[in-house]
Formats: sequence, C-alpha cells, structure tokens
Amino acid sequence: MALLLKGGRIVDPEAGIDRVADMVVRDGLIVEIGEDLAIPKGQTIECAEKVVVPGLVDLHTHLREPGREDKETVASGTRAAAHGGFTAVCAMPNTAPVCDTGSAVRFLVERAEETGSVRVHPLGALTAGQKGEALAEMGDMLAEGAVAFSDDGRGVQDAGMMRRCMDYAKAFGAVVVSHCEDESLAGSGVVNEGVVSTRLGLAGQPAAAEETMVARDIALAELTGCRLHLAHLSTAGSAELVRAAKARGVAVTAEVTPHHLFLDEDAITPAYETGLKMNPPLRTAADREALVEALLDGTIDCVATDHAPHAPHEKELEFELAPFGTTGLETALSLMITHLVEPGRMDWADLVRVMADGPRSAFGLPEVRFEPGAVADITVIDPEARVEVRREWFVSKSSNSAFLGATLLGKATDVLVGGRFALKNGKVVD
Amino acid sequence: MSGLTSRHIISMDDLTAADITTVLDTAESFKEVNERRIKKLPTLRGRTIINLFLEPSTRTRTSFEIAAKRLSADAINMTGSASATVKGESLRDTAKTLSAMACDLIVVRHAYAGAPQVLTECMDAHVINGGDGRHQHPTQALLDLFTIRQHAGRLAGLRVGIVGDICHSRVAGSLVPALRTVGATPVLIAPPTLLPARPDVLGAEVAPSLDEALPELDVVYLLRVQMERAAGMPFPSLREYARFWGMNEARLSSARPELLVMHPGPMNRGVEISSAVADSPRAIVLDQVNAGVAVRMAVMYLLLGGEGGGAAA
Repeated sequence: MALLLKGGRIVDPEAGIDRVADMVVRDGLIVEIGEDLAIPKGQTIECAEKVVVPGLVDLHTHLREPGREDKETVASGTRAAAHGGFTAVCAMPNTAPVCDTGSAVRFLVERAEETGSVRVHPLGALTAGQKGEALAEMGDMLAEGAVAFSDDGRGVQDAGMMRRCMDYAKAFGAVVVSHCEDESLAGSGVVNEGVVSTRLGLAGQPAAAEETMVARDIALAELTGCRLHLAHLSTAGSAELVRAAKARGVAVTAEVTPHHLFLDEDAITPAYETGLKMNPPLRTAADREALVEALLDGTIDCVATDHAPHAPHEKELEFELAPFGTTGLETALSLMITHLVEPGRMDWADLVRVMADGPRSAFGLPEVRFEPGAVADITVIDPEARVEVRREWFVSKSSNSAFLGATLLGKATDVLVGGRFALKNGKVVD
Repeated sequence: MSGLTSRHIISMDDLTAADITTVLDTAESFKEVNERRIKKLPTLRGRTIINLFLEPSTRTRTSFEIAAKRLSADAINMTGSASATVKGESLRDTAKTLSAMACDLIVVRHAYAGAPQVLTECMDAHVINGGDGRHQHPTQALLDLFTIRQHAGRLAGLRVGIVGDICHSRVAGSLVPALRTVGATPVLIAPPTLLPARPDVLGAEVAPSLDEALPELDVVYLLRVQMERAAGMPFPSLREYARFWGMNEARLSSARPELLVMHPGPMNRGVEISSAVADSPRAIVLDQVNAGVAVRMAVMYLLLGGEGGGAAA
C-alpha cells in the first residue's frame, strides 16, 4: 500500500533535510521525498502546517508486563506510546518476575508482536533478579532480542559487581544502563534533600547519592571500556560529570526525563502531592536549568520518559508510602514543544536529535533516516494543537501524571511504524 | 470570641500571630478552669471528637482526651498502627468511614508526614495534627509558647535554643516556625548529623555549640534523644552526647539566671538532661504538661466555635 505525506515540514538533521516537501511510503519503506509528488493509488495524508520527523524512541519505559498488568500491559503501554508520538519503546526489566533470562526476553518480544502498537525493545537485567549479586545471562538475552542491560529501579550497589557486569557486557559489545543511586546515601529519602525535605519533614536524598554513582560508573567505563548509558540524570553535578567524561573521550551517553527538565522540588507543597514523588526526586530549580543546558549543548544525549504507571490506590497513600514515579509517554513530546521548541530554545532538528536520533544511537538501534529505502518509522506533529492534560487524555492504563492540569502546546497526530499507522489523526489505531 | 484563620491545625504555618495570641489567651481561661475542683464545662456538649492515634502515644493522647472531656465533648480513642492502614484499609478510607459517622473534630497522630492533610481532603471534620512523622506537632509548639509566656512574660525578642535531634523532630518542626511567628529567635544546636538539610529556610540560626550559645539564651529546649536506633547512630555514644549536648549543672552556671529549661518529655535523665537540672526550679517541664490540657481545650473550642458565655463560663 502506498501513502503520501503531503506538504509537511520534513525534518531530519541526519539526512540534512528541513524543508516543506512530500514523502511517499510504500511497503513499509520511504521511497521518495520531493516536491509535488503524487501516487496513482493509495492514501494521502495532508501534512500542511505539520512537522514530519523520524519516529520518536523512548529509552526508558516501564510496561509492567508481566506482573502488574493492572497498571500497564505491553498492549496499553505501546498504545500510550503511539498516542505520545513514539514508534518504539525500550522496556525496563524490573517486572515480576524480573526480565533476566533469554526466555523472559523472548516472552516480551512475542507479546509485543502479538499485542504491541509500536516497536518494543526489551532491556535485560544486569544481575540475576536485579539483586546485584550475580551476573544475568546477558549473551542469551541479547540473542533473544535484548538491546541493553540495566538493574533500573535498584542500581548495582557494589562497585566490584558493577565492574564485573561491565567487563562481561563488553564481551558482547552491549550497553550497560546505570540507575545511579547510592542507597547508603539515599536512605529512605522520598524527596530531594534540601528545602522541601526540611520544610515538609520528609527524609531527603542528597544530590550526592546520584553523583557519587555517576562518578563511579564513569570511572568503571574508563576502566572496562564498556559502553555506559546513564539513566534519568537529575542534578547539575551529574551533568557536569558527564560533560567532563565526554571531554576525555569516555564512551558514555546520558538521558534526562521531562519531569526533571520541567519540574522542580518547589512544586511539592504542604499538600504532599504524591504525583510529584519520583526517583530520582525532583531537584532544585538550578538543577533543572542545568539539565536543560546540558541537553541543549549535547552533554545529555536524549530525553527518556521513565514512564512509571501506578494504580490510583497506590498513589493515594501517604507521601512516604506512595510509590515513586510518573507516567510520561503521552506528555513528553508536548512538554518538549511547549517548554523548549515554542520558546525558541530548541529547533525541530534539536528535537529530532534528543527524541529520535539520540536515543537510537545510545542503544545502537537501527537508524531511521529520511531517505529512500529507509524504514518508515515516522511521527507527524501538529505544533499548534493544544493538549489539556486530564485523566481522560491518557490512553495508558494509568494516569498518575505529574503534569495533570497543565495545558500544553503541540502533539503527535500520526505515527507510522514500518509504514503502518499506530496513530492516525490523533487516534490510536488498533 | 474570635475563631481562627484556618479550620484545621495541620502546621504552625496555618496560624497567624493573632491566631496564636487568641489560642494562648483562650488557654489562660481554661487553665483557670483546670484549677477548679469541678473541671468540666458544657461548651462542647453533643460534639464528637475522635482521637485517631496510629502511632503509639500515651501522653499526647491522654492530654487530648482530657481536654475533650473537660469541654463535655464525646471523646473516642482509636488506636492502631500506620502499617495496619497500609496492609488493610487506606487512611483515606478510614477518614471517610469516620466522616460518615459524623464526627466533628479529629485529632490524628501518624507515623508519616502529611497524613493530617489527607484527612482534610476526605472528611468534613476539623482536623488537628497530633504529630505527623517528622513534620509537625503544632499543639506541642502552642503549649510551649504558652509556658514560655507564662514564665518570661513575653515571647517577642527571646532567644530559644533547641538542642538535639532536630532533623527527626516534629516538635522542632513546629516550634521553629512558631517562635518565628511570635518574634522570637530559634537557635538550633546539634551535631550536624542531627540537623535538617537547610535550617536557613526555616529562618533558624544554627549555633556552633551548646557552650557558645548558652550564655545568650533565654530558653533552652532539650529534645528527647531517640535511644531506640541502634545501627547508624548519629553520635558515637550517649556518654559523648551528654558531654557535648546535654544540659547539666555546670552548664547552668554559665547561663543567664532566668534561663528556662524545657523538654517535651519523656526525658532521658543523664542524657539530654541531668537529674539535677530536671529537678531544678529552672526546669518548667511539668508546667508544659499542665499547659497542654488548657491549650488543647482552647484549640478544640476555637475550631468548633464553642458557644455560650465565653471560655471560662
């Protein structure tokens, strides 16, 4: 079947293109980009006033399947991803049971083929059961389709164990993803250690709980030569450590979440909003601005959502008891447009860099380049659309968004995965 | 009789300086009632007050219960543990259940910060925070202010040293903002392992040591040392704590003669306070306890808008 994307602003810095043009997609591939194209038969999608970009990828998604299908499933999570403009998500392994074997990876791959709306790239656990004690079968998991390894949710505490993980992962050229949190420093902290922990009488996690681990893992990347990716950086100090490491030529990449870019601890008031409880916690306004700067200057390679769906009854507990996390797949793109593209801090090519090319390159996923012969993973964005972030907006099974109540600018209208619609005219295609 | 700005007392930030004066003045008249042979007033007859104590407490619960009963309210005690509400019913459901029973005022003590706020969101009753996690314990601060005013004759301009486990203390969590509101100066004195991350945002001074701070203080407020914590103790030994942060007779001699020594109880004699100091006339610990009943009567009365003839009718 042929498809004509008519008159959109086509942006792909890797292909050196940023102009209004037409694009023809046939049999899942991009076949032509040019002016005044026509197709003898097939479907025409009017893209005037819209921006057409390579499909967005989220490196950090909690799909919750298997184990907590009440919060999210592969089906619901990938539908949410399509709704948010993503053509692929990378599924974190902290499910129940933990995804730490080849068969667990295969389950997810098969589940995604059966029920997924967008591509799913599984991550495997670094250590068996994410216990930080023994290596997981990384080779087996890679063979079954894992794209990277992480003990996300609970970083590897023992430096010697982390070194062993990185040494071993290097045998396969695999990327190790670090959840940087020294538990002896983070303790029972539920917010940033500082103003809010003091005011609200909550245990705090100091910035150093993250930064010491960032420094450790960068040193281990230098020692082992393993490719390191740092998940959800939240402090100015972490960004500075990555900047210095990259200047030395260390093979490290890093991600930041929309909530760490656009919210800070000042949002947490004596109302004890559990929707704002995340790990790592929301930091200071200065941290937030430093993270934006680091994203703009390329120190941080990409935006990742850390999409963490939770059931309402869990988030309605006392702040100290409520689980960490916010959903993110359906608000990430709109937040980036609202806060960075629209005010002119970022152009569309930058957005593609941090939400499409950067993520693919960090995990070594197949490139999507706007040129003939490329796989047609495409996101079409209406930059003028308004999004009222209400519970009803979400396609995800969960609506524990830190941005409930916000009005955002810009959203995905169409998502093509291998030339097939996952989102069409703003509606998820089943 | 004026009421209060807020319909709940969750934190000292809910109360203005005028509110505090109202509470303390009202408590004065109730204190007089408490000295009578017949200590009961009909003021809150027919009103229902629930003391929901989801963390062990004897002193505070008893004080609230006596206060409610002296105002002729029907006072019901509910105890349990916060962890039970985790495994079984949520705090929200407990609150809605109690609300359905049409209680007028609820006093809540809870192991987690912010729990009283949850109650305000799902019930119609007035809520008094009887201590939430390491956050606040506002009636303790009010009774402390009452006691200081009773002995010093004023609050504005006083320097009040707060000594000990400040970062885990809801008593300090309320006392610091309370002192600021009435124009006194809180001075925090503790090893850095027991200080909050940002005492500056509370508007408190931090003193380098008890010995340096003591000569300038009008009040020294000793917090209870938590002896239960074995692992990860924030100081090496009780002995060393007593030597550097404990109040003893030798230290009294370097203080102003009119220094007031306070403690929220229960005291660890020989640790944060020596027996000699605890039993000296400078210690006004039992006056604090006595004020507790009058102050809690006052806040119940003011929140429920008691009617007829004023407080001490």
